[in-house]
Amino acid sequence: MNSRSDRMIRALIWAWASAIILFMYLPAIGLLLASSTSSRYFIFPIQRWGFDWWQKTFVSLEIHQLFKTSFAIAGSVTVIAVVIALFGALAFARYDWKGRGIFQKIVLLPIFFPQTVLGLALLLWFNALGLQMSWQTAVFAHLVWIIPVCTLVISIQVYSFDPALEEAAFDLGASRFQVFREVTLPVLFPGIFSGALFAFLLSWGNFPLSLYTTGADTTLPEYLYSKMIAGYTPGVPVLGTASTLGAGILLLCGYLLIVYLRRRRSADGA
Amino acid sequence: MSILSRLLPPGRRHALPLILFMAVGFAAPLFAVIAYSFVPARTFDLWADWSFDNYLEVFNSTSYIAFGWSLGLAAATVLILALVCYPVAFGLARVFGKWATLITLLFTLPLFVSENVRLYGWIMVFIKNGVLLGTLKSLFGWEPDSIVFTPELTLLGMVYVYLPFMLFPMTLGVSMVPQQTRDAAYDLGASRWQVFREVDLPLSMPGIVIGFLLTFVLAVGAIAEAKVLGGQRIIPIANDIEVAFTYAQNWPLGSALAVLLMLLVGFLVLIVLRRFDLDTILGRR
Repeated sequence: MNSRSDRMIRALIWAWASAIILFMYLPAIGLLLASSTSSRYFIFPIQRWGFDWWQKTFVSLEIHQLFKTSFAIAGSVTVIAVVIALFGALAFARYDWKGRGIFQKIVLLPIFFPQTVLGLALLLWFNALGLQMSWQTAVFAHLVWIIPVCTLVISIQVYSFDPALEEAAFDLGASRFQVFREVTLPVLFPGIFSGALFAFLLSWGNFPLSLYTTGADTTLPEYLYSKMIAGYTPGVPVLGTASTLGAGILLLCGYLLIVYLRRRRSADGA
Repeated sequence: MSILSRLLPPGRRHALPLILFMAVGFAAPLFAVIAYSFVPARTFDLWADWSFDNYLEVFNSTSYIAFGWSLGLAAATVLILALVCYPVAFGLARVFGKWATLITLLFTLPLFVSENVRLYGWIMVFIKNGVLLGTLKSLFGWEPDSIVFTPELTLLGMVYVYLPFMLFPMTLGVSMVPQQTRDAAYDLGASRWQVFREVDLPLSMPGIVIGFLLTFVLAVGAIAEAKVLGGQRIIPIANDIEVAFTYAQNWPLGSALAVLLMLLVGFLVLIVLRRFDLDTILGRR
């Protein structure tokens, strides 16, 4: 291998990846700029910078209600999804059993499925059951898509889990519940935590499933969409930027927590 | 051993809640859609006379145009993303080292913001007097036409939205290639191109194919890009389905369209997934 051309290729890959990351964040930059003007309409370059629209948006009572609904849905989804997905992930990756191959594919199917069609199918199904649509039906709808994602995220952690740890605890006389609480849960914690983070954020940002299944309740993404098609309001860029920042901060805190836990554990082991 | 644990060994026992949930939340709704696709148009009663009339109506309508647009845009999205993502996936697996986690996080973050909102950000970038055109105008006095509400921008939006779905499976695939095999090929005198074609590409194929499949399937069902960025200049199939369900109040017709889309997607997914062992891709040791 020629190390000079090797270095050049590495530099090219870095440059390409940086360009793609910039591409991924261009819309976020657009929203940020559009939210930091005091004018009613967005004209670039910005003549009057200011955060008036941020203030106006966040004192609105309507927005508070939207946050409450979105939070109720995302919170419930997270709790239920993590519990079902944790057991699902153990079946997915930890145990060898007949039917595991099929089970793994069943888990993947809802992820490989257009969400608009899934949302409409659920609308039809709830209707056939005679259910009244509300934020609770939306929780159920989100779970159909989020449990599989959460199961995959936790499974990746379960793959690196050493079953000998559980067996050792059983040999030392621990009960099944004790083993679960004292061995399985702590070892799998980083995966469970990432799964919970994914569940919360994906539910918070979901639009296609919420659209058909929330009934009279409205989530934040639904509200933003209705404002978007009704004409330009600076509240949309404000809330868009706020969601990006919020998700970024949550993700960063989660990342730092996992790094910290890993450090502490390797220090304990040494 | 109790009867219960013999009937339900650990694997099956742990899988049970998820399977039950998917039976009620995923399988049942799909069967409901299939059932509805056979009832008379514009009715809501499942037990009316079943027939194939809705399917005949679909075949005699112009829905094939929407199917064509969806398939074409999805194929274009997959091709563009394959080229765009491979170098990044290679970088994440081999070049970025300790930065890889942070870069992965940067690619994950957009997934957590509602698709519509992110697409709206592109409008802010591309609209007249927006970030791009405003800059061009004030710096160079150049005022080209805006590309908002065109099919091209719709495609750009799809490439943007589905990028992580191509990138992550591809990265898993590229990480599956053992470095020793690559080194051995180089030692035996293989050129860079030969290593790519004979070692990297075949060995990372499972991840690449899953990336293709995931991106294609999601892109075929895409709707937001055409609505937000395309200004309804092109109508994808998901839009036809939505219109049938909402404005037209014709659930049976919408169901028939949805069944056709599901057949297409399900067929592709089953063919591809049958050939792969998920344990090796997701990293069982």
